[in-house]
Amino acid sequence: MDLKPKPWQHKDLLGIEQLSAHDIAQIFQAAVSMKEILERPIKKLPTLRGKSVGMLFYEASTRTRVSFETAAKTLGADVGAFAVNTSSVSKGESLLDTAKTLDAMKFDLIVIRHASSGAAAFLADNLSAGVINAGDGQHEHPTQALLDAFTLCERFGPGAPSETVPGTGTKTDYTKTVPDKLLAGRKIVIVGDILHSRVARSNALCLRRLGADVTFVGPPTLLPPEMACWDVTISHDLDAVLQGADAVMALRLQLERQKSGLFPSVQEYAKLYGLTVGRLKQTCRETLLLHPGPMNRGVEIDSELADSFSSVVEEQVTNGVAVRMALIYLLIGGGFNS
Amino acid sequence: MDAGTTKKQILSEEDIQRAIARIAHEILERNAGVEDLVLVGIQRRGVPLAGRIRAKVAEIEGIHVPMGVLDITYYRDDLSTISGNTLPVVHETAVRFPIDGKVVVLVDDVLYTGRTIRAALDALMDIGRPKKIQLAALVDRGLRELPIQADFVGKDLPTSCRETVSVCLREIDNKDEVVLSMGQQRQARNQPIDT
Repeated sequence: MDLKPKPWQHKDLLGIEQLSAHDIAQIFQAAVSMKEILERPIKKLPTLRGKSVGMLFYEASTRTRVSFETAAKTLGADVGAFAVNTSSVSKGESLLDTAKTLDAMKFDLIVIRHASSGAAAFLADNLSAGVINAGDGQHEHPTQALLDAFTLCERFGPGAPSETVPGTGTKTDYTKTVPDKLLAGRKIVIVGDILHSRVARSNALCLRRLGADVTFVGPPTLLPPEMACWDVTISHDLDAVLQGADAVMALRLQLERQKSGLFPSVQEYAKLYGLTVGRLKQTCRETLLLHPGPMNRGVEIDSELADSFSSVVEEQVTNGVAVRMALIYLLIGGGFNS
Repeated sequence: MDAGTTKKQILSEEDIQRAIARIAHEILERNAGVEDLVLVGIQRRGVPLAGRIRAKVAEIEGIHVPMGVLDITYYRDDLSTISGNTLPVVHETAVRFPIDGKVVVLVDDVLYTGRTIRAALDALMDIGRPKKIQLAALVDRGLRELPIQADFVGKDLPTSCRETVSVCLREIDNKDEVVLSMGQQRQARNQPIDT
């Protein structure tokens, strides 16, 4: 089989929907080397010297924004951050006008988070700069899904350690793998407020692309039956689906949803859908625990479990920077966008 | 393969073996042994070459010196001239030992413009502060664009920029040979890697 990489064709990353399994493997291949750079004493590359990345965050977010900033700066790019509540957006500037301003400032790449689904696509249509969707409404959050899948591939993917060349060969070489089989046969359970979660959507798309089996679990009000159209299994009983799960991902419960009556009480939610050490034993195997953060300890995830060996939450954060570096490199590393 | 090209074998399998053995001896002679010596192969064909030199050094001195691999893609000076959809595939960088105060011998297959080595020097400096950096190349084909020279050379081969030097190594290409082809040139600029 010809595994020679097809060229990277994207100017923007709007969602997992536009990515092939091959594109995803290409991002992971670059992320492996980016992760090595993050472990160096001098965490700085000259790769994107002279390029600039604008951060446009219309929703509060610290970790995603800082992760993108760290990624861009490590690659040597300059970063301009627009905190929306202190910028002219709070004076009523439209998204299009803001976009035109950013283009006029000659940014090479814009990272946007917005409460409206499709905001990133709108920006991409109107900008000559590349656009990365850092979360748009209830639509997609592709970089979160990519870092989650990368974390899973690190643990489950092919590429068993080989010592043909001393000191090397312990990392998966994604140029030598079949991308759509990277997570073949792995069972991933995603539990929580699926209905409102862009993380769940992007993850379902991404994990299915890589061959994993995905199960959504949540209360019926937060997981309507139509969501089975994502080619996933749907369940309202967490204990019934845990058997055999290779990884469980807890979504952050937006506590304000309770006020709108979507579930009776936080305590009841924690009892039915909260992940605990005891509950995770039902998988009957070593199961990884993922959480996109920030965690509500004692609600969707038990404190003891969050700090246990099963938890890869901190690994997800490190991988988040590596995966975002890989993406920024692929999007503006060459002369494609300039 | 391509019509209109003439090919000439420059080094055979045995020639490559002899060249590597000589380079190993020269490295030991120059540095008076293996103390503080480490090898770093440049991705991709510098890596198996460094592995072979390391094996040869072990044969002579009875000690396996530390070896790492370096991918220089992120340090290339021509990234912004490469179209985004032909960005090079990045391979692993792994130097899993401190290089501070060490004598680092960089190993590459072909020394040509010197730009790969310039990038490798920058990459090494980001990993640590070696006492010395020396350069070993299987083939030095001349045509430097930067003031860089090799300390250990397998074969000096004056070429013109219209020619192509192809190094094949068993570990990657299933055979050992160095071939010079004339006439038709590979698409040099956008070639994923190798300079």
